[in-house]
Amino acid sequence: MPEVVEMDRAIEAAVADGQSLYLGGFTHLIPFAAGHEIIRQGRRDLHLVRATPDLVYDQLVAAGCASEMTFSWAGNPGVGSLRAFRRAVEDGVPNELSIEEYSHFGLVTRLAAGAQDLPFLPLRTYIGSSYPEHTDAIRTVENPYDEGVDEIPVVPPLNPDVAVVRAQRADADGNGQLWGIVGEMVEAAFAADTVVLSVEEFVDSRVIRSDPNRTLIPGSIVDYVVEEPYGSHPSYAQGYYDRDNEAYLDWDRQSASHESTVEWLDEWVYGVENRAEYLEKLDTERFLDLQPRSNYATPVDMGEY
Amino acid sequence: MVTRAAKELVDGDTTLVGVGVPNLACNLAKRTHAPDLEMVYESGTVGSDPSKLPLSIGDPVLATNARSIVPMVQGFGYYLQSGRIDVGFLGGAQIDRHGNINSTVIGEYDDPIVRLPGSGGACEIASNTHRTIVITPHSERRFPEEVDFVTSPGYVEGRENRGQLGLRGGPEAVITDMAVMRFDDAGEMYVESLHPGVDRETVWSETDWDLQFAADLTTTEPPTDREIDLIRNELDPEGIYTGP
Repeated sequence: MPEVVEMDRAIEAAVADGQSLYLGGFTHLIPFAAGHEIIRQGRRDLHLVRATPDLVYDQLVAAGCASEMTFSWAGNPGVGSLRAFRRAVEDGVPNELSIEEYSHFGLVTRLAAGAQDLPFLPLRTYIGSSYPEHTDAIRTVENPYDEGVDEIPVVPPLNPDVAVVRAQRADADGNGQLWGIVGEMVEAAFAADTVVLSVEEFVDSRVIRSDPNRTLIPGSIVDYVVEEPYGSHPSYAQGYYDRDNEAYLDWDRQSASHESTVEWLDEWVYGVENRAEYLEKLDTERFLDLQPRSNYATPVDMGEY
Repeated sequence: MVTRAAKELVDGDTTLVGVGVPNLACNLAKRTHAPDLEMVYESGTVGSDPSKLPLSIGDPVLATNARSIVPMVQGFGYYLQSGRIDVGFLGGAQIDRHGNINSTVIGEYDDPIVRLPGSGGACEIASNTHRTIVITPHSERRFPEEVDFVTSPGYVEGRENRGQLGLRGGPEAVITDMAVMRFDDAGEMYVESLHPGVDRETVWSETDWDLQFAADLTTTEPPTDREIDLIRNELDPEGIYTGP
C-alpha cells in the first residue's frame, strides 16, 4: 500500500544521491514539481533517464544534480536546444555529464525489457547507424530461428532506481489514471524499483474502478502518492491545462548562460518553499489562458454482472 | 520546401510526422490533395486531426480527437517496425550523398563542436518506413561528403545493400530551398529539379561533393496561390516555420 505524502517527504524518502532517476512523460505530464523539489533538496550525482529530457532535466543539470544521462532526444520541444545540457556535454559546466545515447525505440525497448525482467529485447533499429560504435550496450544476437534476418540488434533492460510519474487522477491506494499521450511512462514505472506517483487530483476509488482500462499505473507498483495540482506546469495535463509555451520560450533565453540559469533557479526553485508557493508567484491570468474548453469522452457501459 | 514536400504525400498514405516544417507539409497535404492522410506522431498519437498547428509532437491538440493513442513501445513496435507506416519525414544537420543523416553531433562524438538533440525516433523511422522524405536547407556544411555521425541510415553502401542489411525502404526525396533531389539505382543522390531562379552552380557550390544532375533536369513547380494562402493564413499565420 503506497504512502500518501507531500512532495518534499516523497522525494526525501525515495530519491538518494547517486541513484538512477526517471522523471516521466513525453512532453505531457512532466513532473516539474518533483524535479524542483529534488533540486531544493540538493541531490547529487544522479543518473537521469528519459527518452526526451527537457526543461526539468536541463534545470537538474544546471543545478549540479546530475552526472549521467541516458536519453534519446535532448531538446527544448518545439523550441530548440537544451542549453544547460549542452554546456555540460560540450564544456563540462557546471560539471561533466556522461551520456548514454539511444534512439526513442531503443530507449523505450530498454525500459520494456526492464519492466518484464528480460535480459534483452531485439529491435530492427541501429543497423547501418553509428550508434553501436558509441553505445556499448547496443549489440547483436544470432536469430535462433530459420525465418527472417540472421542477426538482430538487442538492447539490455533499464531499471531506474526511482521513477516519478504523473497522472491526472488517482485514489488513495495509488491507482493512477492517465489519458492523452502516455509516452514511455508505464514501462518506466514497471521497470523502476521505487515509484512516486504525483497526480492533479485525488478521486474516490469508485471513480477509478468504474473505468479500469484507464488505470495504467496500478497502486501495487506505487510507493508514494502525492496530490500536486499544476505539478506539471509549464508542461501540460490533458484536459486540465495546456502547455505554457511562454515558459518554454523564456527558458531558451533565460538559460543562455550558466549565470542567468542559476538566477532563474534562485528565484523559481530555491526561492520558493514548495509548488504552492511557486503557483502563487505565477500570474493568475496565466492559468486562465491555459485552461482548455471541456471535451468529454463519452462514458462507456462496463455492465453490471 | 513545404509545398514541394506536401506533394510527396499520396492520399491514403500513413505518415510519421516530425515537428516543424514536416508537420506543416503534412497538414498542408491533408487540406489539399490528401484528405485521407493518416498522421501518426512519435509521441504515440495515431490519426491525429489537430485543430491548430501543434507546438511540438507531444502537443495536446494531437491527442484530442485522434483515432487512437498508444504507448511509444506500441507506436514504434506495432505501427512503425511492423511496416505500417508508408512515409517518414526527416530533417537533420547533415546529409551525405547516400542519404545518411546526422542529427546527433557535429565534430567528434566524444568531443563535440555542437551537441545536437539526437535521434529521437529518426533512426527507426529511417530504418522501417517504406520511404523517407528529407527536408533541409541547402548549404555546404549541411551537405558534406560524409556525415560526422550516422543517426539515420540511408543507402548505406548502395541501394541493394539496404535490403540485405534488413532495412526497409530508404530515402525517396531530399527537398531543400534550392532543389529536389532523388537517388539513382546505386543509391546516390542526384538533382531532379531546381527551384525557379536557382542555377546549377549555386547548388554545386553549396554541396560538398560532385553532385550529379538528372539528364532531364526540370524546374520545380512553384506553389499555387491557394497553397500559399493556406500556409500564411491558416497553418502558420504567425510565420513560426515559414518566416513573416
